Amino acid sequence: MTYNDLRHFADSWGLLAMTILFLGLVAWPFRKGARRHNEEAAMMIFKDDEHG
Amino acid sequence: MSEAKRGARAAPSGDKHMDGLVIKAGGWLALALLALVMAALAVDAPFAVHMGIVAVAALTVLWTTVSQADYGAMARGVLKMPASDGTYDDDPIRWGVIATLFWGIAGMAAGLFIALQLAFPVLNFNLEYTTFGRIRPLHTSAVIFAFGGNALIATSYYVVQRTCRARLAFPKLARFVFWGYQLFIVLAATGYLMGVTAAKEYAEPEWYVDLWLTIVWVAYLAVFVGTIVKRREPHIYVANWFYLSFIITIAMLHIVNNLSMPASIFGSKSYAAFAGVQDALTQWWYGHNAVGFFLTAGFLAMMYYFVPKQAERPVYSYRLSIIHFWSLIFLYIWAGPHHLHYTALPDWAQTLGMVFSIMLWMPSWGGMINGLMTLNGAWDKIRTDPIIRMMVMALAFYGMSTFEGPMMSIKWVNSMSHYTDWTIGHVHSGALGWNGMITFACVYYLVPRLWGRQRLYSLRMVNWHFWLATVGIVFYAASMWVAGIMQGLMWREYGADGYLVYSFAESVAAMHPMYLIRAAGGAMYLAGFLIMIVNVWATLAGRVRDEKPMTETPYNAAADRPLALVRAA
Repeated sequence: MTYNDLRHFADSWGLLAMTILFLGLVAWPFRKGARRHNEEAAMMIFKDDEHG
Repeated sequence: MSEAKRGARAAPSGDKHMDGLVIKAGGWLALALLALVMAALAVDAPFAVHMGIVAVAALTVLWTTVSQADYGAMARGVLKMPASDGTYDDDPIRWGVIATLFWGIAGMAAGLFIALQLAFPVLNFNLEYTTFGRIRPLHTSAVIFAFGGNALIATSYYVVQRTCRARLAFPKLARFVFWGYQLFIVLAATGYLMGVTAAKEYAEPEWYVDLWLTIVWVAYLAVFVGTIVKRREPHIYVANWFYLSFIITIAMLHIVNNLSMPASIFGSKSYAAFAGVQDALTQWWYGHNAVGFFLTAGFLAMMYYFVPKQAERPVYSYRLSIIHFWSLIFLYIWAGPHHLHYTALPDWAQTLGMVFSIMLWMPSWGGMINGLMTLNGAWDKIRTDPIIRMMVMALAFYGMSTFEGPMMSIKWVNSMSHYTDWTIGHVHSGALGWNGMITFACVYYLVPRLWGRQRLYSLRMVNWHFWLATVGIVFYAASMWVAGIMQGLMWREYGADGYLVYSFAESVAAMHPMYLIRAAGGAMYLAGFLIMIVNVWATLAGRVRDEKPMTETPYNAAADRPLALVRAA
């Protein structure tokens, strides 16, 4: 494995994999049924308020 | 908890306890002796001093182990800390808050001092220990790693317990992290003054201090992840994502950037594993991500917990916070090369760094909007609550400096701004405005809660702190913009015959008024911080200042009656 092999991998398959992973992670909170989950998560810090 | 008492109660286990104590004490003594041997064999004086400090630290731990006095209780007495109610492990957080304030004074005072040195070089005192070159890394490390680092460790311990509804995992390790980190700070700071440096910006400590920090940091990771693992809440709140990314990425950056070979294992000098442009790129991959993951991700974690808590309303959009998180993670790591525009670094790498820096605009502003809009429907709190006001100002500066940064990373702008004081102005609008303000707000939030006080000693003093800090930053940033642009233009000014119009010394002389304004801004910022120290100290002492409330209840008796009566009157 030379430097050249690595950089060609990085600017082809590596780049594609990173892009798909990123888009997947960003799309995840938009999935169906995520709204209720997100709202719960946002309110979670206010439960049981006397302990933080 | 007194171990002696437990030993006396259960006689059979007493011997075992005694054995354990002897082994522990023996271990610390061996460590102290090893450090003393290293000091004796040292090939340079600073290394000997450092090993002496390590020996003293080991002997101190030995003493606390053997004497069996309840130092925790003594510390609680001196610092007026409430006894644990058994819910959360808050002692290391209280120490962390105190350490944050202590190192803050040291770091900001050092900053003011070197600002004055630039205006009045005579303040170098013609003494190697007090030259600008040695105190400047002391200033940057003290404010970033000592002030900021202690704030991050303390708040992360606080937030991870509350959001996971679990006590801190590995309590002894958590205390080791706190004290180990203080030892790292002392070794780094004394090293700078003695001239020990790895010559890498924000990574100046030498190889043995780096190794020590690696041990402390892995312990920190273990405590944090351990607490998340034993959580009683199914979802991991987004603030913990930011803290975790900060801890993991800093570990990675620290280890790679500090790969080096010591010239002698009894000496304080080492040589970096990389050379030339590779070394430069590794350094700025580290340097910029120290900004991205230490000063941004870590402090955003504070923002995502403490802003909603202080505003008493949930974050504007939890979904946006997740997008903010992943975008920062995926984009920040590539931005480092923008520190090396027009150098030996290949052009494509410079352009890559610039493009990713510009893309960072989106997540940064998304995060700022998310924080600010959390106050949607409660904007009046800016008027009535000085802590919220500080948080809003912090977010505003987060927005401003993350706008300025990408702009400065554009090659065309950078060709003028690079190596000038504009960069220093940019860094301080981020550091004083964003990191400083959000830390102050979090400490103001934490102190009454951690010490079980009804409220802070004085809210009006928070207000004074807010205005001194804000005006101080404006003086600082504005003078450095003028200074930087003036410098950049003077350096590139060619005459008709192709010679440079100004000598370097002329540009330095032209900066003098701007340096004075900057020092004045810094002095105001420090003055605000000293007010905070007084306020926190009085809160710890349990005092409450008798003062006019921040807001009155407006009431107009004449208008407050039925319409008919008003007309009749």
